[in-house]
Amino acid sequence: MIRLHDVAKEYTQSRVALSHVTLQVKRGEFVFLIGPSGSGKTTILKLLYMEEKPTHGDVWVSGVHANTARRKEISQLRRKLGIVFQDFRLLEDRNAEQNVAFALEVTGAPKSEIPDRVARVLTHVGLAAKASHLPRQLSGGEQQRVAIARALVNDPHFLIADEPTGNLDERATRGVFQLLREINAAGTSVIMATHDLEIVRKADDARTIELNHGRVVFDSADTPPPETRYTPLVGQPAIGGPNEGNWPAPPPESA
Amino acid sequence: MLSVREAWNASRRAPLLSALGVVTIAFSLFAFGLFALVAVNIRQALRSVEERVEVRAFIADGTAADAVATAMADIATFPEVAKVDYVSQEGALERARKDMGEFSDVFEEAMLPASMDIHLKPGLRDPGTVRNVADRVKSYQFVDDIRYGEEWVEKLYQLRTVAAGTGLGLGIAFAAVSIIIIGATIRVSVLARAREISIMRLVGATDGFIRAPFLIDGFVKGILGGLLALLLTWIAYRTIDLRFFKLVFFDPRFVVIGILCGALIGVLGSATSVWSHLRRI
Repeated sequence: MIRLHDVAKEYTQSRVALSHVTLQVKRGEFVFLIGPSGSGKTTILKLLYMEEKPTHGDVWVSGVHANTARRKEISQLRRKLGIVFQDFRLLEDRNAEQNVAFALEVTGAPKSEIPDRVARVLTHVGLAAKASHLPRQLSGGEQQRVAIARALVNDPHFLIADEPTGNLDERATRGVFQLLREINAAGTSVIMATHDLEIVRKADDARTIELNHGRVVFDSADTPPPETRYTPLVGQPAIGGPNEGNWPAPPPESA
Repeated sequence: MLSVREAWNASRRAPLLSALGVVTIAFSLFAFGLFALVAVNIRQALRSVEERVEVRAFIADGTAADAVATAMADIATFPEVAKVDYVSQEGALERARKDMGEFSDVFEEAMLPASMDIHLKPGLRDPGTVRNVADRVKSYQFVDDIRYGEEWVEKLYQLRTVAAGTGLGLGIAFAAVSIIIIGATIRVSVLARAREISIMRLVGATDGFIRAPFLIDGFVKGILGGLLALLLTWIAYRTIDLRFFKLVFFDPRFVVIGILCGALIGVLGSATSVWSHLRRI
């Protein structure tokens, strides 16, 4: 279970990344975080894997309280989370198999179990045949699959994905997204930040949380929806980037 | 075991950086080694001069031999005294001739007094102790005069104190500079692996797990750097010893301690570099 209560994150007094964010994510949910660049999507994800601490409010992830967690607790928590980034963050000098095994080795998994678990998860993401390929020998979509395999190999409770399809072409995007749906169907919660409203539209059973200027302006789990909500799911054209399309204008600066 | 493998793999992936680390540690310790070699040899020279510190008590003519023997046995029991030698009148003449070399004929007809030569224990040759022993020996009635080169002993002692103080100060400065340079070198290797460290953190590695390969790396580089520094210092020692003047080298215990210091500096340099890096991520 993930719980954020009245969370604010301020980097400086003039740079407020999040304010008054309250939400919960249950096991098994698929949640999209959408919103323009700078709306606070990545900050929420950073709070979830505890790279950042909230300036105000409380963040709980799988029973760990972000505000008071010690470094060791954070390490233990991250073993229960899978984290995937737009830029894959693979180790360039290790092949796909070694990159995935790395996540098991650092967590002290029994050595005898590692090859089987790595092979299983690489098969799951459809890369069994490319286990010995270095990242530079793989396409973007394949690299992201390796990153997803690495995130999955510890059987995480939650998969946190920050723009996982941001660097991929349309075909690779479809493949990676399909994989994330399958992972979710198998019981892992997925929280995915994205700009790509096309895939959000396709997953109409997923929950969508929209952020703007650090605030939650829409949450499809809320009933009834707020008056001011912005619904990209209804009657809006697909957009390709953060500065295109139909995000609402920022609120006027307070005097 | 995994930490050892990680440390080995990291060195293999960046051999130039690893070699640079070892060489930097080696040159820092070499500078320190050269300084220590000079310090050890100055100490050795002072010690051999110090051994010549003695109290010479001249015995009045016609003193009974058994009175001198009793006094000598008595003086030998003083806690500061290492040994007491009796030098007869003939012995004194012989010694004077030997000391004067080509001018020995001036002693042809001379009569020199017999003496008791009192040697002090190492560490008890400071001016205060020497004066104290001299005063007590002077109290024997048959002692005519007493000499111990008061000014000379004091100057020697001052020189020793200055040499020890300067040596300690310079030694600390050299060690500090070595630690700073080595720390900076290891910092470069930590930064070169910053991406790997951040990925390790993301997949749930503890700080201890991340640190371990760096500590092993620092330890091995420290040992290798220490050995290389030892070799360089030995070459310097041999060159000076063969071509210029006689020197003494470090005793084996000092060598072992030196190499272990290299390892310790490597580990400490790594630990502080990784620690400060981890604190920022």
